[in-house]
Amino acid sequence: MKLLEQWITGIIDPYYLRIIILMGINIIIALGLNITTGVTGQLSMGHAGFMSIGAYTSAILTLKLGWPFWLTLLAGAAVAALFGFVIGLPALRLEGDYLAIVTIGFAEIVRVFFLNFEPGGKAVGLSGIPQETSFSLVLIITILVVFFSQRLLSSRIGKAMYAIRENEIAAEACGINTTHLKVLSFVLGAFLGGLGGALYAHYMYYISPQDFDFMRSIEVLNMVVLGGLGSIPGAILGAAILTILPEMLRVVAEYRMLFYGALLVILMIFRPNGLLGDIRLYDLVKPKREKEVKPCRS
Amino acid sequence: MLWQQLLNGLTLGSTYALIALGYTMVYGIVQLINFAHGEIYMVGAFVGLVLVTVWDVNLGVAMVGAMAVCMLLGVLVERIAYRPLRGKSSRLSPLISALGASIFLSTLMALIAGVNTRRYPAIMDLSSFSWGPVQVSSMQVIILLVSALLMIGLQFMVRKTRIGKAMRACSQDLDAAALMGINVNRVISYTFAIGSALAAAGGVMVGVYYNAVWPYMGTMAGLKAFAAAVLGGIGSIPGAMLGGLTLGVLEIMGVAYISSSFKDAIAFGILILVLILRPQGILGEKISKKV
Repeated sequence: MKLLEQWITGIIDPYYLRIIILMGINIIIALGLNITTGVTGQLSMGHAGFMSIGAYTSAILTLKLGWPFWLTLLAGAAVAALFGFVIGLPALRLEGDYLAIVTIGFAEIVRVFFLNFEPGGKAVGLSGIPQETSFSLVLIITILVVFFSQRLLSSRIGKAMYAIRENEIAAEACGINTTHLKVLSFVLGAFLGGLGGALYAHYMYYISPQDFDFMRSIEVLNMVVLGGLGSIPGAILGAAILTILPEMLRVVAEYRMLFYGALLVILMIFRPNGLLGDIRLYDLVKPKREKEVKPCRS
Repeated sequence: MLWQQLLNGLTLGSTYALIALGYTMVYGIVQLINFAHGEIYMVGAFVGLVLVTVWDVNLGVAMVGAMAVCMLLGVLVERIAYRPLRGKSSRLSPLISALGASIFLSTLMALIAGVNTRRYPAIMDLSSFSWGPVQVSSMQVIILLVSALLMIGLQFMVRKTRIGKAMRACSQDLDAAALMGINVNRVISYTFAIGSALAAAGGVMVGVYYNAVWPYMGTMAGLKAFAAAVLGGIGSIPGAMLGGLTLGVLEIMGVAYISSSFKDAIAFGILILVLILRPQGILGEKISKKV
């Protein structure tokens, strides 16, 4: 790991390395939301809430209690997953847009909470977090998460989750425990969101509630939708594009967000199901395979 | 104290209600959360500001002007960002398109007007009078009156006119309405126009009342109004009015009696509680799911 780290910092410009590391973190987070929204079809627009819980938990544990880095990563992800469970519960009774506003509300409440949270530095945020997140660590975790996602989505559980997205009542009639799986999808999404948040906190030195506002949630949702709902290569591509794009648009500094907004509209008009809509990893390996998954409606 | 807070809450709530109506009307017909709606409200506030400062008109004219401009803008946004997507894609892609339109509009306004907060000039004598223990400002009276008039007008239009009838038909079943010879695209354009006009009126009045207009004011107002629409039961017009007023009153009460630093959290906390107890909102209809 050390060797890889030395080798990579030796050959890649620090600026590009930074973008690559942030891309890795975004891929982890996007794969998390992909399980909740892309695969299971539970529209979550508050993923930044989970990220901020993971980031703050791990940063506070590092700074105030001096826990080892890997343990704070796990703790951040676990606490986020716990909140995923709590948010997943009302999700059982709510659908589509009602769920969307509940998740938005959840993320806003989390943001306001950290704005007033003394150990989190209130509006100023937390600074001086040691930079522990390295290229090799992000690489290893990203590979693990991709592998885990792939295994999950091709398992019985993953297929049952796709079934819930396509038609919940039919899925239930087939004997799928929809309650269980919907909550599970939230827990998994939140876990990866928290993990990404924790990695982010230990890379950026500094976090504040503004890092995890509504626009951040939207950015993650865009990664999943742009790449293609329910598709692992899609989420990876979406996260990569939306990490690089703002950097490329820096040339046109002030007009950056203007282009970004316009691009979203144009992309949706021409590729409404995302760039790689419902293409799975094994579709890339076996291109002749018939596609059986239809576009998501919820 | 209580009555004063109630009045402040009703004033805030009626502006939420005006914006929420746009969300709920659009949602009722095309099942789309129009995230650009908050930006239309922001543009309305800016158009009003320009009219008042540059052309020196009075508040009423500024409001009508802002409503007219926003009507066009609302229809334009629908044409460009939503219509090409209709009927051929999942429900998430129009949502992303709406978010894109929202980012585009707020950034465009930030480029044109700058990110600083602008203030309305003293266009009218903002006097206040006491009514028992309650201090009532003239702007509060104007907000309550104009909102009430607009909402009554909307109810009349939806219930009594031809286009209103067409809207109700479309919200029941878009395909069946089209088969009955209703020009669905035109009805949708009308819906966007009316919703945008109401939001613009809200924008101008909020701009004057709080004396602050800035390019990103639409995001939080839009989210709150959407929360209000969901609270009342999305798709229901009386629901949006009730939801807006409830949310406004509860938010002001929360600020007054609990804590002002949790202002934004209170509205969403209430919403989540209500939805857990009553998932379809206060006045929403429970739709049974069918395969």
